[in-house]
Amino acid sequence: MKTYRSMVLVSSDPDSMERGAQQVFERLQEEIKAFGLEDEISLSMVGDVGRHDAIPMVIVYPEATIYGPVRPEDVHFLVEEHLYKGRVAAGLQAPARELSGRIAWLSARKGTLPAEKRIVLERAGIIDPNSIEDYILHDGYTALGKVLTEMTPTQVIEEITKSGLRGRGGAGFPTGLKWSFVSKAKGDKKFVVCNADESEPGTFKDRVIIEGDPHSILEAMTIAGYAVGASEGYVYVRGEYLLAQNRLLQAIRQAEEMGMLGSHIFGTNFSFHIHIHSGAGAYICGEETALIESIEGKRGEPRSRPPYPTTHGLWGKPTLVNNVETLANVPAIIRNGAAWYRSIGTPSSPGTKVYTILGHVNATGLIEVPMGITLREVIAIYGKGMKNGSTFKLAQTGGSSGSVIPASLQDTPMDFDAYAKAGVSLGSGALLICNEDTCVVDLAKVLMNFFRRESCGKCNPCRIGTQRSYEILDNISKGTGTLADLDTLLELADNMNQLSNCGLGQTAGTPVRDVLKYFRAEVEAHIRLKVCPTGVCPVGKLITVS
Amino acid sequence: MVTETQNKQAVMNAVEAAIKEHGTSREELIPILNDINRKIGYLPQEALEEVSRRLRLAKSQVFAVTTFYRMLSTKPRGRHVIQFCESAPCHVVGGREVWETLQDILKISEDETTPDGKWSLVTTSCLGICGVGPVIVIDDDIYGNVTPEQIPDILARYS
Repeated sequence: MKTYRSMVLVSSDPDSMERGAQQVFERLQEEIKAFGLEDEISLSMVGDVGRHDAIPMVIVYPEATIYGPVRPEDVHFLVEEHLYKGRVAAGLQAPARELSGRIAWLSARKGTLPAEKRIVLERAGIIDPNSIEDYILHDGYTALGKVLTEMTPTQVIEEITKSGLRGRGGAGFPTGLKWSFVSKAKGDKKFVVCNADESEPGTFKDRVIIEGDPHSILEAMTIAGYAVGASEGYVYVRGEYLLAQNRLLQAIRQAEEMGMLGSHIFGTNFSFHIHIHSGAGAYICGEETALIESIEGKRGEPRSRPPYPTTHGLWGKPTLVNNVETLANVPAIIRNGAAWYRSIGTPSSPGTKVYTILGHVNATGLIEVPMGITLREVIAIYGKGMKNGSTFKLAQTGGSSGSVIPASLQDTPMDFDAYAKAGVSLGSGALLICNEDTCVVDLAKVLMNFFRRESCGKCNPCRIGTQRSYEILDNISKGTGTLADLDTLLELADNMNQLSNCGLGQTAGTPVRDVLKYFRAEVEAHIRLKVCPTGVCPVGKLITVS
Repeated sequence: MVTETQNKQAVMNAVEAAIKEHGTSREELIPILNDINRKIGYLPQEALEEVSRRLRLAKSQVFAVTTFYRMLSTKPRGRHVIQFCESAPCHVVGGREVWETLQDILKISEDETTPDGKWSLVTTSCLGICGVGPVIVIDDDIYGNVTPEQIPDILARYS
């Protein structure tokens, strides 16, 4: 078990290096050892911290204190004061100025530690999920009351738009905009659908939200229904989540008895009914048009778009489909206002994000943190370090359709835009942390196996592409791959991305593409040397001669 | 053949109960199939035919929907069904070894049932319990942080 009390980062952009960052880093190593703190403090060099007026910079977590410019001779004092005695090393702090660039999120936290901030999980684990009274005692249904008695539907949509809330299902589409599409769509019958078909491997945030706080979803859906002009809602819960289904069913009964759901809610003229629909085991039903097909009692095969569900959804009617986590943000935004929501997270991605932390870390589980936290922080602070002191090799985000993030990107803030700029994706919020014993070929093979099985088979690029890709990866893992296979893999990934009908096929090639981008040498070792460097694949282990 | 008649009666009862609960509209097809599958353990031919008759749907449609969803089975299964999660989060923390051990002990591979009808072994995609991988689910019992050494003890709990 390796856990760190503090994390020390040294800026290592070219300017910092020129001004002695390497010497500062080495002195830090010596001093930390001299004080006997090497088991409590993690020390690393990071890239450009986004300001160059006081470099080299030393940043200490969890306080996020910024020191700079730090000279090698300052290091003894810094370590003694801050890391040993636990107070700020006076006189060494950098002038107060915001950071910009890759770790600009530091400024957003105003010098505090990247603490968990709970909005959507605010009540989960605190209230009794079986009791509507408990929910009401904790501000429950006040947002709905405010909406129905004080706000027009247009004002509700405006508030959500102003908050900057973006869809948490993976694509990050602005929620307010989606609501306004459905609101403007023509039709006397409209639907609100909550997508709780959480099936991305490694993701279980929606299950925890529903199991811990089912009423928040009902309240949010009713608010959405009022805003877009819908009178009926469906929660599509994946078939494996029996407890979540039961909690929702009970919550619906309670809310209807109390007059907070059903006909004439809060004595107003607004009526809204919610039904629960259980899935039956199909990953593809998380895709919104497949989900709609499934509610209609058909095979969950995605429709062609356009037209989009916002105009032609469930039974051809305008339909709003939102993810559980997205909806869970809504009551808090209405209660506290858009400005409050904007004060959390990063400017382009306000609010929090729920992540599941998995794999080779000491502590696995679920966290809700402001947008913009980095992988390094997640691993060190919430994952409590890598298991058995092993080395971080890569993280796989967002379940199977997410990206493979190499260690070199662990200081990139995790928000929609910064990740898009780095060419990777945040996905649905699963962080599968892998150490050096993980073989990238084996990982890519497992991920492709998943897509191969879960492809609905409706369109050819996906059905054939995932199968062929899997066969090639299987050959490589057995030592029978060729270098030409790697070109074929990339071509298949491109074809699937450009030609597939829905998101499954479009993203199925992403992990393979990332693996070839960041770990090509390791893949080629399987082909050229007939060796799996980590010893995982059947092809054979690397024999080292001493 | 008393047992065959009894079996048939049980199937018809399950269909009847599901339709009573959900009605006969098209949107209820999946909930109905789910209910029957849970009660009988799989969806026999006669159940699918009865559902198609009652819901006024083509048999091909009912069959197409049934074979699409992983939780619905058209094949009889063993008394106990072991679901093994083969997704990446379980795989990288030792799932592969657990899977090999299961196959070695039961002497069956994926989607097969032991000759004595006791065990069926199926793989599944993520079960949403990834915080404690590797995960196996036997009937409705969930086992997390499973190691190959624990498997004989776990299997011994079932008769």
